[in-house]
Amino acid sequence: MQQEVVLAMLAKEPSHGYELRARLRHALGPVGEAMNAGQIYVVLTRLEKAGLVVCERSTAGGDSPDRKTYLLTSAGQERVAEWFADVGWPKPGLAEFHLKLVAAAAAGLADPLTIVDTQRRELLRRLRDAQRAAMNEPDHSDAALLLEGIVLRLQADLRWLEACDQRWTIRRGTS
Amino acid sequence: MSDPSTEPVLRAVGLCKKYGTGDGLVRAVDGVDLDVATGETVAVMGPSGCGKSTLLHLLGGLDRPSAGEAWLAGRRIDRLGERALARMRRTGVGFVFQAFHLMKELTVVENVELPALLDGRSPRTARTRAAELLDRVGLADRARFLPSALSGGQRQRVAVARALSNEPLVVLADEPTGNLDSAATADVLRLFEDLHESGQTLVIVTHDERIAATADRLISMRDGAFVDETRLTGGTTGNLGALAGLDG
Repeated sequence: MQQEVVLAMLAKEPSHGYELRARLRHALGPVGEAMNAGQIYVVLTRLEKAGLVVCERSTAGGDSPDRKTYLLTSAGQERVAEWFADVGWPKPGLAEFHLKLVAAAAAGLADPLTIVDTQRRELLRRLRDAQRAAMNEPDHSDAALLLEGIVLRLQADLRWLEACDQRWTIRRGTS
Repeated sequence: MSDPSTEPVLRAVGLCKKYGTGDGLVRAVDGVDLDVATGETVAVMGPSGCGKSTLLHLLGGLDRPSAGEAWLAGRRIDRLGERALARMRRTGVGFVFQAFHLMKELTVVENVELPALLDGRSPRTARTRAAELLDRVGLADRARFLPSALSGGQRQRVAVARALSNEPLVVLADEPTGNLDSAATADVLRLFEDLHESGQTLVIVTHDERIAATADRLISMRDGAFVDETRLTGGTTGNLGALAGLDG
């Protein structure tokens, strides 16, 4: 689980670990089934050590992890903003990008449609670069075949971004 | 006096096209403003039925708007009479369609020279020009073939040569790769990149990401209106290796 995903989920409001887990499970559905239940606490502990979140204990309930409420520090907020603006690809896997849109909408910190547009612009530029490189290759070169793979994958990614665009346009219209 | 070099070659102002009335009213194009500079390639993307083909027809004088204005090289075209409009279509714009629209009874070179002949050029001039264009699109050796003897990608390249016959101010292309497989698409992409580099103004409506990626500017269209505009020129933050899974 990416640290940034957990941070961004916390950007909506200070939360208990189990609340974060429930939100992740809701957003991921069957894709998130393999996620270890304890994983979120491992990530939260790391984030706390890194100074990106702080943890507040309620007085009742002893040592149970469910008594802890986590909230972002200003360093954590900065990291979330950077993550929303990052257009790296394909390093954020599909789930990570999906959760970025979900978390951005929930926290009201960034417009999912703006994130989609920015990412699409970036991928179109990469598609252009890959196509130009492919055109400059001699026909049937080994490298041309690899470039074809990059082009096809970018096309698939761009179609998914189109689907994200349509879905979040509808969501915005109904909210 | 405005400077002609900065004046858009193609301009739309509040362009609208409506069909039907009452509950059946469809706003195919709903208030589009567009300026296209000389030498620019603009791609318009959007789902089927978003109005992008209708928009292209309005820009090229194939159809008349319900409201708004269409301008080509400083001349308003939406109010031209039929004869003036037909002449503008022959000389000012070149069309490329998804289904090629070649005349199947005519040879390749006859298809390409047809617009020049219709515009009153001498047969010799028209033929010379057609031969040059076929050479440019890499099909000089297919000049005497009928379109039916050509692959889809070759037919589309013939259609592009035909569109260039009268040295149009702007080439308007409607899903030019829509009927083509991956290899033929690559040939047409290469041709459009070549046109772009030679300074030809191009407006392409498409839902093919590959051809959209060749544009200077990409416009997203929904329900007859422009919803987003992106400049694609400039660099990326990544490299090809990262896209292929190579680290570092």
